[in-house]
Amino acid sequence: MAPINVMNPVLVQVLGICSALAVTSQLKPALVMGLAVTIITGFSNLIISILRNTVPTRIRIVVQLVVVAALVTIVSQVLKAFVYDVSVELSVYVGLIITNCILMGRLEAFAMQNKPWPSFIDGSANGLGYGMILVIVGAAREFFGRGSLLGFQIIPEGAYDFGYINNGMMTMPAMALIMIGCVIWVHKAYFYKEEK
Amino acid sequence: MSFLRNYLNEIKPNFEEGGKLHAFRSVFDGFETFLYVPNETSKCGVHVHDAIDSKRIMSMVVIALIPALLFGMYNIGYQNYLAAGQSASFIEMFIFGALAVLPKIIVSYIVGLSIEFAWAQWKGEEIQEGYLVSGIIIPMILPVGCPLWVIALACAFAVIFGKEIFGGTGMNIFNVALLARAFLFFSYPTVMSGDKVWVANESIFGLGNNLPDTFTCATPLGEMATGAVPAASVMDSIIGLIPGSIGETSVIAIAIGAIILIWAGIASLKTMLSVFAGGIIMGLIFQATGQTPVEWYQHIVIGGFCFGAVFMATDPVTSARTETGKYIYGFIIGALAVIIRVMNPGFPEGMMLAILFGNMMAPTIDYFVVQSNINKRLKRAK
Repeated sequence: MAPINVMNPVLVQVLGICSALAVTSQLKPALVMGLAVTIITGFSNLIISILRNTVPTRIRIVVQLVVVAALVTIVSQVLKAFVYDVSVELSVYVGLIITNCILMGRLEAFAMQNKPWPSFIDGSANGLGYGMILVIVGAAREFFGRGSLLGFQIIPEGAYDFGYINNGMMTMPAMALIMIGCVIWVHKAYFYKEEK
Repeated sequence: MSFLRNYLNEIKPNFEEGGKLHAFRSVFDGFETFLYVPNETSKCGVHVHDAIDSKRIMSMVVIALIPALLFGMYNIGYQNYLAAGQSASFIEMFIFGALAVLPKIIVSYIVGLSIEFAWAQWKGEEIQEGYLVSGIIIPMILPVGCPLWVIALACAFAVIFGKEIFGGTGMNIFNVALLARAFLFFSYPTVMSGDKVWVANESIFGLGNNLPDTFTCATPLGEMATGAVPAASVMDSIIGLIPGSIGETSVIAIAIGAIILIWAGIASLKTMLSVFAGGIIMGLIFQATGQTPVEWYQHIVIGGFCFGAVFMATDPVTSARTETGKYIYGFIIGALAVIIRVMNPGFPEGMMLAILFGNMMAPTIDYFVVQSNINKRLKRAK
């Protein structure tokens, strides 16, 4: 379970930043995106790990991509069927999970060398670590940028009458980068110990 | 003044190793070096010290800013009484403006300095002096209608993300005060732009007039962004009797500041001149191609062009360091500011973005200047 905290892919390896910036303007898409990535990394790791001895090394990237693409298509169709509004909001970023660096990294670095069950755990944990950051950043951005969480208004109307204004920059990707920077900062200061 | 020195010497042992107030050493140090030039010398190696240290430089810049600030106070009162259609004496206008501006300056200093002090305490470092200038510039580049809590937030953001995470004064890539403004500009556009925030609309202690909520007054730049020719005359723009951010309106007051800075050898004349050259040349080009309805010189006198050129582009930390680089850096800023104003109606004032862009390009400019020099000398050696 190391990838969730100490070896978190977003915080330590700084992977998967592009989608983390793009989908976190509200909490709900961030949650769904985190879930989708968790499922895809978990199962693609599992499948590749099962296939690892039969795949010729020279075409392994192609095989990995086919597996990931198939999973992404399934997830994308499921999202369209059940949570259409979120799928519209995520737009291309569900499709772009194929190019997510965390995914390829785990396939190459872990699933190609390890047995199916540890690979599945590794993939899911990395997905969860990614999803966790998305949720933290998404919650902060939605709260400060729109005054709501999951679409429900949290900051009372009275505060607005008193002069409170939502922070417009929080809804822009620029602030997401700063938020992720802050999370990395806190993480490095309190949780992550660099190996010497 | 010697009683102050004696007092400092008297309480100094408390802050030294083993004293009961040792934890607050950096605070004491900050005050002592602010009041008196430290007489410490370096302990190893040979160092060349400038006769003026950075705390004295900062104080000089603050002095240079005072004419613009005082005029800004008067102008706030003037705009308020003008909008209400009433007449008042100079003193009344000035006091009203001062009452409107002082809380902003106080908030800016309290928030910014307390973060700096806390940071220095936390890291066990000396307190750095950079905020002395930023703290007074931040209120001066904001519209008068900006609420105090928003200013506090911007100061906190600018000090933490603009300066401290880069390593403190002298390490920052971007101008701290402009970062505060940029943060507000993108975060709270309703209090930073538009045509409702440029005139103080509430009376303070019986001075000034309450203006109706529906009152609007666009800045000349705001009018220009809609394609109109600004209503204010060029004379008014030069004196500074136009709506705008607190300190930026008066060309004359800023010119006094510029003279002080150049006389004291603090700001670079090269940067200043090339910013103006860039602005004027771009203004002429746009005028010749008919893309803007205003004369080229109006771009220079309205908005924050002068203020940016004199006080912000010349920031020694964030501007280009090489002498040739300063010309290029300044020219880019001046040209870009006018380009943004004319080509992008979404941003009526381009100076802020132009200077931030210039800050970003400065290290690259320096690199190429140094490289070209190296190449030239290599060629000569062959």
